[in-house]
Amino acid sequence: MTVWLPVLLPAIGGVLTFAMGESRSRSRVAINLGAAAASVAVVIGLTVDAYAGRVATSTVAMLPGIGLTLSSDLLGLLFAAVATVLWGVTLVYAFGYMSHAEDRARFFGFFALCIASANGVALADDLVSFFLFYEVLSLATYPLVVHSGTGEALAAGRRYLYYALGGGSALLVGVVWLTVLAGPVSFAPGGAIAHVAAQAWELRAIFGLLVAGLGVKAALVPLHRWLPGAMVAPAPVSALLHAVAVVKAGAFGMVRLVNEVYGPELATSLGVAAPLAALAAATILFGSVVALRQDDIKARLAYSTVAQLSYITLGVALCSPLAAAGAVAHLAHHAVMKITMFFTAGSLAETHHVKRVSALDGVGRLMPITMASFTVAALGLAGIPPLAGFFSKWLLGIGAVEGGQAWAALLYVTSGALAVGYMAPIVLRAVRPSASERVEGPESDLVLLWPIVAVALLTVLFGVLAGVPGSPVEWAARAVAPSFVGWTP
Amino acid sequence: MNPATLYPLAGAFLFATGVYGLLARKHLLHKVISGNFLGSGVFLVLIGLAGRSSAESPDPVPQAMVLTGIVVTVALTALALALIKRYHTATGLTTFDPVDEEQL
Amino acid sequence: MSLLEHLPVLAIVVPLAGAAMAFVTGPRRSALECAATSVLTLVPVLLLAARVLDSGPQRYAVGGWGGPLGIVLLADGTAALFLVLIGIVGMAVTVYAAGYFPTPDEEHPGPGHGLFWTLWLFMWASLNALVLTADVFNVYVCLELVGLSAVALVTLTEGAEALRAGMRYLFASILGAMTYLLGVSLLYASTGLLDMEMLSSALKTPSVASSTGLALMIAALLLKTALVPMHFWLPTAHAAAPSPVSAALSALVVKGSFFVVLRLMLDVMPPGHLGGADTLLGVFGAAAIVWGSVQALVQTRLKLLVAYSTVAQVGYLFLVFPLAGAGGAVLSSAFLGTGVHALSHGLAKASMFLAAGVVLKRFGHDRIADLAGVARRAPVLAATFALAGVTMMGLPPSGGFAAKWLIAGASITSGDWWWAAVVVAGGLLAAAYMFRLLATFMASPGDAPEPAAPLRVVRTEWVPLALATASFLLVFAVPVVTQLAEAGSVLARVGGVAP
Repeated sequence: MTVWLPVLLPAIGGVLTFAMGESRSRSRVAINLGAAAASVAVVIGLTVDAYAGRVATSTVAMLPGIGLTLSSDLLGLLFAAVATVLWGVTLVYAFGYMSHAEDRARFFGFFALCIASANGVALADDLVSFFLFYEVLSLATYPLVVHSGTGEALAAGRRYLYYALGGGSALLVGVVWLTVLAGPVSFAPGGAIAHVAAQAWELRAIFGLLVAGLGVKAALVPLHRWLPGAMVAPAPVSALLHAVAVVKAGAFGMVRLVNEVYGPELATSLGVAAPLAALAAATILFGSVVALRQDDIKARLAYSTVAQLSYITLGVALCSPLAAAGAVAHLAHHAVMKITMFFTAGSLAETHHVKRVSALDGVGRLMPITMASFTVAALGLAGIPPLAGFFSKWLLGIGAVEGGQAWAALLYVTSGALAVGYMAPIVLRAVRPSASERVEGPESDLVLLWPIVAVALLTVLFGVLAGVPGSPVEWAARAVAPSFVGWTP
Repeated sequence: MNPATLYPLAGAFLFATGVYGLLARKHLLHKVISGNFLGSGVFLVLIGLAGRSSAESPDPVPQAMVLTGIVVTVALTALALALIKRYHTATGLTTFDPVDEEQL
Repeated sequence: MSLLEHLPVLAIVVPLAGAAMAFVTGPRRSALECAATSVLTLVPVLLLAARVLDSGPQRYAVGGWGGPLGIVLLADGTAALFLVLIGIVGMAVTVYAAGYFPTPDEEHPGPGHGLFWTLWLFMWASLNALVLTADVFNVYVCLELVGLSAVALVTLTEGAEALRAGMRYLFASILGAMTYLLGVSLLYASTGLLDMEMLSSALKTPSVASSTGLALMIAALLLKTALVPMHFWLPTAHAAAPSPVSAALSALVVKGSFFVVLRLMLDVMPPGHLGGADTLLGVFGAAAIVWGSVQALVQTRLKLLVAYSTVAQVGYLFLVFPLAGAGGAVLSSAFLGTGVHALSHGLAKASMFLAAGVVLKRFGHDRIADLAGVARRAPVLAATFALAGVTMMGLPPSGGFAAKWLIAGASITSGDWWWAAVVVAGGLLAAAYMFRLLATFMASPGDAPEPAAPLRVVRTEWVPLALATASFLLVFAVPVVTQLAEAGSVLARVGGVAP
């Protein structure tokens, strides 16, 4: 029963938020923060149990022979923890950011439902349950993308739907096909379908379909095009959903697919891992290069996200244990780093109406704490020790070399350099003295400021304490270990 | 030609005429009458069936079906006529499309 | 208890008695009377379903006269499923209509709306009878009863548009019913039987007359179910009717004639009896899905969009026939999917039409382009359309998704994967027209002031929301539906549903 709470608590919070209507903002704050706090507590409790080896599973009957099943394994809990903890932080930010916006009940209601679905994606124990929550996540995100109701928002929402529903159809066909061939597929470390009597071309085609479905959310080129457009959504949405919940659901799905459905051995022997790795590599280069050319801050961050997500995809596609551990750790690390940056972008827009890199001159003097936090996150993204990003990239690189794919390590280094290339101008311009009249102005509101500082601190902590039990790196290593026979972290 | 073949053939012919009329004729009253043709056609087929077994004791089941069918057809016709009357009062038309009205 | 033995006929007699009483007591129906009537009608149906789950199909000989001359009512699992659908939607429509129609007073005199209760309860009784009867001639009678009451309900309002649509419906109904009767006479000519269960053994030896008869019967039922290409009468009829009537028509009436097709094709006829008919039905179904969705996409009025959506969704129901020939796991999966689809579409479509009725009352029109900002002004209505839309699109966790999964799974298992492709494409097309509607709802409203609506009407918004929520969560009801379906004669032959 407890394993359902990370899904039910945010869902109930969301429904209550809808029911209370627009005017009761204090109750809304209380309910959402309460649900977030309770969910975090539950996830922590489940994690402690999982570390001790106690994994809880629970099923609700659904289709014939297929139930809706959740299970608290370490891998799922990592994603759930990221989503839930960052939800709490984003709520504080969002209450401040959206305090003068319209339709706040609708906003926070769907926000909570997104987190509920993301937790469902995280904890789903089999492919059908995963698919169910994955699609609900697509639906729950749409109202947030089109929140402002302008023509631009509606157009971005339309494009998002094309990709999300199209990908969802591919995913559905893949899942149905695989279930027909193999029966209900539960996630099993090391692969669940090795015994299936099916032709190689069928398994390859199914892999392709599943990658297409997951690749939309994981922003794999050429399925990434919805993401930059979705930046029209309010900053809390961009921060949490498009840096953390929605896109990580896709990347997380890739990890489940390669490690726990097909398994690293089968994926390599079928020859499907290599094309996936190639696509991911192309995406990393593409995203990093295009980010360099974006003047709009959120667009630059969006393309950076495209590139960074494929770090994860490439990591698992290399089918080597350290790379997989690095990939999963990066899921958490990138989340905290990118969310810091999106919070900053939102704060810049709200407080100083700055949305373009070219307009950043001198802002650093006015918002020193905000920009310092951004700098910490940017350094982490570039892979500077002892920040979080360094450790995940280190593992990815070493894992690549150990797996005999040294070119990937080179790619990581190159894209790190490119990351410096697109992040540095933001920092440098901010500290440059302003040529215009901007001599005085406020720092971010406190309610916007402390979430920014909090996540920047996490970036530091995850790095400095890497390897400590409970840190993402150690957690990730434990989570992926069962998929690789004979490897211990 | 004995009744056993005459009735069904006549019924089929009436049925076909009714289908044509229902679909092709524009005037609403003509459609209703075609609907009655349809019904009568089917009833003739059924009566032919009844007489197929020996002439002294014809099969009562088709006759029962015909009686039920007649009752239903009367009700349908009544409803159709009532609707046509209301339609005519409301629009002054006797066809669905004012264009057809000109042509009649 | 002997009363439980009479449940099948009670399901027909109770609403019929209610209709008679409504006619006698006149048009002033309070909400309480309406709720009571619908509960009294729903209770025998639910008890019957429970009995079927418990002890299998129930047979009831009306008047104590069994076949071949008497009429037998057969309540097996499939019939029970459809009866439950009719009951739930019927209750919702009844409660909704109490708030929808103005109470007759000096402003709104006249029998028009007052006759609604009599006609509606009569239609409910006829629908129950249509689903329960196991005699092919009695089906003709019930089809006519349903058709008559439906036409009368469509033309209840005064408008010329409703009269035109209703008359088209009436003529199509006459054509269909007479064709069906002709088919029955040919069938009787060749077999001498009218009882469905006896026919299924007699038809093991086919003959030209019986096959022609059956073909005519099926063709007539296709016209009544508005399967493309014989759908021309449906959109205007369903759109022009008063909204509670539209809900009943789209959710229930088309399902009634479909149910008879299901009986004839899967229970009465041995597989392959009509040659390529099952593939042809599948092709028409696929065409319906595409054509209906495309037409829905270009509609400018809400009720017409919803009506064309019905044309499209009816197509899904016919995909079971080409898959039925493969037997075994394929048939059971496809059949279960069809049953789930009928149930979920019935709930969702009824909710959409009922919500459209509230839109009409609150905003005074149903032009989609002028409905911007409904999400802010009438969030309950927007939520209703969103939840019902999820079923249309076949997205989880709705009943539409469960149906899509089952049919696609059956299609891939059988090797005829193109039906799965049709189902997936249909979902995307439905998403196209539903999101076109929902995006308009989410757009910023203009500055036009919102017209006021009586509180009685606003309260009725909760009925369609309840129906839509039920269809949204229906995947969790599939185990119960599976049990019911397994108590149906089709699946009993196959030995249950394979996981």
